[in-house]
Amino acid sequence: MTVRSLISSPIRRAAPGDAKHWPGVAFMAVLFFAYVYLPIVVLIALSFNANELVTIWSGFSIDWYVKALQNEEMLRAAKNSLIIAVVAATASTALATLAAVRMARDRFVGQSAMNVMIALPLTVPEIVTAVATLMFFAMVGITQGLITVMIAHTVFCIPFAYLPIRARLEGLDPKLIEAAGDLYATPGKAFRKVTLPLIMPGIISGAVLAFIISLDDFVTTFFVGGAGSTTLPIYIFGLIRVGVSPEVNAISSIMLLVSVALVSLSLLLGRGRGQTQHR
Amino acid sequence: MAVTENSVGQRRAAWRARAFLIGPAALAIGVFMVVPLLLMAWISIHERDFSGSVVWDSYSPEAYLRFIFERNLDDSLSWNFDYLSIILRSVWLSAITTALSLLVGFPTALFMATRSEKWRAILVFLVTIPFWTNLLVRNYAWILLLRDHGTINSFLLWTGIIGEPLPLLHNGFAVSVGLTYSFLPFMVLPIYASLEKLDPRLIEASFDLYANRVRTLWHIVLPAAKPGIIAGSILVFVPCLGSYVTPELLGGGKTMMIGNLIGLQFGAARNWPFGAALGFALLSLVLIAMTIYALKARPKAGSQ
Repeated sequence: MTVRSLISSPIRRAAPGDAKHWPGVAFMAVLFFAYVYLPIVVLIALSFNANELVTIWSGFSIDWYVKALQNEEMLRAAKNSLIIAVVAATASTALATLAAVRMARDRFVGQSAMNVMIALPLTVPEIVTAVATLMFFAMVGITQGLITVMIAHTVFCIPFAYLPIRARLEGLDPKLIEAAGDLYATPGKAFRKVTLPLIMPGIISGAVLAFIISLDDFVTTFFVGGAGSTTLPIYIFGLIRVGVSPEVNAISSIMLLVSVALVSLSLLLGRGRGQTQHR
Repeated sequence: MAVTENSVGQRRAAWRARAFLIGPAALAIGVFMVVPLLLMAWISIHERDFSGSVVWDSYSPEAYLRFIFERNLDDSLSWNFDYLSIILRSVWLSAITTALSLLVGFPTALFMATRSEKWRAILVFLVTIPFWTNLLVRNYAWILLLRDHGTINSFLLWTGIIGEPLPLLHNGFAVSVGLTYSFLPFMVLPIYASLEKLDPRLIEASFDLYANRVRTLWHIVLPAAKPGIIAGSILVFVPCLGSYVTPELLGGGKTMMIGNLIGLQFGAARNWPFGAALGFALLSLVLIAMTIYALKARPKAGSQ
């Protein structure tokens, strides 16, 4: 290390001008964000189109939203989606919290195998898990419906709930729990009064992510579900199969906004917990 | 109180705690995911009867033979590469998607990494957001753009560049555009994470030493981005390989991927053993890709 590099400030954050060496870079970035957001903007814009012909703009209207929200079938599907997502998010977060708390401060034989197992729903392609679970339920003799979907969703939501909680635990100072023990708190009390409040943002963040993942799921629900478990994505898929319609635009826009609102909430809650990107 | 007895007791207590805390999650994944996957392997080596159900007292490699053979009426086998070509197409489409994502993702990540701290947070947020929105909705948005009377064709017709709508939907092009759109954040974020650690003074030093843009990019920026590029490529390639929704909605009859072929065996085609065998083939491809990644990434520790 040269003297000069020691004198200059050790951390120099990149300045806005640093990409000037490669002028194409800014252009590509603009292209990227256009690519990412243009379809979403077009979808939302068309959902406010008065014209039935979808792509021809003829005036602003919220008729399609009114129509969508009065659609009984859609509302029933939305209700199913919510019930499943609430159950799956609650169950998977409970399971993930218990596992994360122990995994974070434990070393045992087979622990890395356990890590692999918890990440399994992220590794195995969803279509494979879906058809395997379908065969499993059929062979065990459990009729496909709400229950089977809830079980399958709970399982694949576990890693999504687990990762933020685990990340939060990683940043936890073990001395705090030791201190609670020194002050005669039982392990259970130390957990409830010290650990739990500290990791709560991670738990909420994980629960919200699990909720979104369950709410948005199509493939698993499509294969594992049955009569009476039509969720919003399954319903929309049916509509898209028939063709493009302004009502689908409206329903899709609503779903889009719900997801964005929820994920923003989760990211805000989990802020400062470091890198917790899903794999 | 003997020391050994105490430690045995402690060890027992530790295992009890593990069973109570980690046990439930492990049990849920074990029973409803590992067991079904094992069952799938078991089913794949059985025959099916005329109704498509599994014949349990039969063991046969029939389902796997179907990858490259066709059984004729007289029970003889002849070559048939229809299914193999679907598998190869899936690999090919995933490779194209990975390359496209890299092409768009790398400059974007470089751009993001050279912004001020405040802007970086905003840009990362903007890259992340679409990933969490519904996959069906995102693909549906592309139907709106790409179809014959869609936004792009309407615009091009209006400008007079084309006289007839371009066939943009229900082909391989639409599928790769949709797949790239679906998994792009997985490419950008790891590369960004790698480049963020690059000391910008190295770039300045390179230019000060009369290296031109290409040399600086090649010798300074790319090596720093390499772990991110490898991680990003695997994170795009693997989910692409198993995609179901995008080819189903944006593709046509000739752009079926493995996922759709698997789905078909549990619907119209009704052939569980073949579906199970295909599922296993897909799983193996994913594991091969991840093993290659693990071997490539291992020597450089510290980058996840």
